[in-house]
Amino acid sequence: MKADRSISERLWAIAVWALVVFFILNFLAMIATVVLNSFSTRWFGTWLPAAFTTRWYKSAWDEFQLHDVLIVTFEVVGAVVLLSGALGVPAAYALARRNFPGKRAVILLFLLPMLIPPITFGIPLATVLYQAHLGGNISGVILANLVPTVPFVVLVMMPFIEQIDPRIEAAARVFGAGTGRLFFHVLLPLLAPGILAALLLVLVRTIAMFELTFFTAGPGSQTLVVALYYAVYAAGVRAGQSIDAMAVVYMLTTLIWLLIALRFVDPTQIVTRVKSEAAG
Amino acid sequence: MSEVSLTKPAERPPLGVRLALRDLDGVTLLALPAVLFVVALFIYPFAYGFVLSFKPKAGDWLANYRRFFSDPFLYDTIAATFWLAIPATLINVLVSIPIALRVRRLNRRRVLTTLLVVPITLGTVLIAEGLLIYLGPQGWFNRVLMLVGIGQVRLVHNYTGVMLSLILSGFPFAFLLTLSHLTGIDPSLEQAAATLGGKARARFWRILMPLLAQGLAINLCLSFVQTFSVFPSAVLLGAPAGTTRVISIAAYQAAYEQYDASMASAIAMIMGFCQLGVVAIILASRSFWYRGATGGSKG
Repeated sequence: MKADRSISERLWAIAVWALVVFFILNFLAMIATVVLNSFSTRWFGTWLPAAFTTRWYKSAWDEFQLHDVLIVTFEVVGAVVLLSGALGVPAAYALARRNFPGKRAVILLFLLPMLIPPITFGIPLATVLYQAHLGGNISGVILANLVPTVPFVVLVMMPFIEQIDPRIEAAARVFGAGTGRLFFHVLLPLLAPGILAALLLVLVRTIAMFELTFFTAGPGSQTLVVALYYAVYAAGVRAGQSIDAMAVVYMLTTLIWLLIALRFVDPTQIVTRVKSEAAG
Repeated sequence: MSEVSLTKPAERPPLGVRLALRDLDGVTLLALPAVLFVVALFIYPFAYGFVLSFKPKAGDWLANYRRFFSDPFLYDTIAATFWLAIPATLINVLVSIPIALRVRRLNRRRVLTTLLVVPITLGTVLIAEGLLIYLGPQGWFNRVLMLVGIGQVRLVHNYTGVMLSLILSGFPFAFLLTLSHLTGIDPSLEQAAATLGGKARARFWRILMPLLAQGLAINLCLSFVQTFSVFPSAVLLGAPAGTTRVISIAAYQAAYEQYDASMASAIAMIMGFCQLGVVAIILASRSFWYRGATGGSKG
């Protein structure tokens, strides 16, 4: 297939790669702008900042109460990860192992919260949560964030469990393992890599989940991404470098977990799990 | 259980066994908590919002919808949203095809896919903040434009800013979807076409595109639905009182500035209906393209 390359095909290939490079270059330059600005004393009208300092991190830490915001973020993310695992994995196991009537409807039920964007269902959800006196505090934020993540865990874990041979479990039963031993000694070790991957993806997605947290959070239950939004929204109140220092803190929190997650999953998995289920 | 078998004919097994035969037993019940959760926090709120939208603060049951469609400040948001979402979706999905076609032959795909997953992970708020400086009047992008003699261009706090942020966050998503669809297509089909003398153009239109149609339709749907619900970048990077006053801003203002949950629900329902409508159109037009076996199945 390589022999029939004409000049036009080569030009086309160059154009395509140029586009990719242009895209990535702009993205990296954007990130570099944020990082440089957070370390700059003053940056206006020049290619590079006049001088560098780390004091904006100190001021961002104090001004935006980053200490509290980070604690809330980790509480929310931790709870969402554990609860979506506790709810999602058993459901995925049931759907993978049993072919009960109405299974397609149940799968569709889990697909919907992943296909409908959070903005659309976020407002009715927040209304209901506020009526139940769960809005504006951390439990409401956790509940709202679980809505897309529980189905996500179910849909990621289902094919993973399907490829584990059920005869392994049957064999354990034959040798006299009770349900408890079957679960802890057979199923859990087999499922661990899948659960780890799914929960890491949930973690990364929840740190960056803006809309649902934004609609349900009160003053004391903002996560990092919502605090960042408010800071950018009220830009001018604070120094731009201070906002960018917070943006860098946010990027670091997200990217550290993304790097860990990428050790266990393929990058395409972050977007494509939904699709393969939707196609089926 | 014994009571059941006594009253029924002898050959009829007990209820538990009959249910187990239809795969309804203790294991199936494991799905129940998650199902109840989604019903309680997704289906119920949606139904609640739907009903609530017909119970306006004042006026008859259709008052919210009538108000929305008679006030240009409100109904214009639909056009503004489509005006952003449709070009952004088309650019993201269509540009992703030639790039994915190149990338799939690459051995070290992982470097590129990892790089592209970063903007998706960072999310729209961070991209908005980054672009505000990067594309701003003193940012690097404008400085390069001035250097090459094009001159300063206004790229933020307008339509262009939101569009660029939609491309920056939406293109990697569309690309990774297209790539995963393409790699699912059996390469021997294309090799067979090449052996039979099919040129690159013909192979693309006659072999790849029909096989890709299903995936592209889903890609278009997901990309559209995402761009249609643009919120943070429309506020931060756009002109939220002007050209980029999208429908999600109207819904947000109704809910959190006027505290009118009923009106906010009505707008959310209209937003959902628009998304559903476009998804239905895309999925229906897919069958014009191609009927038959889907995706990359080798059968």
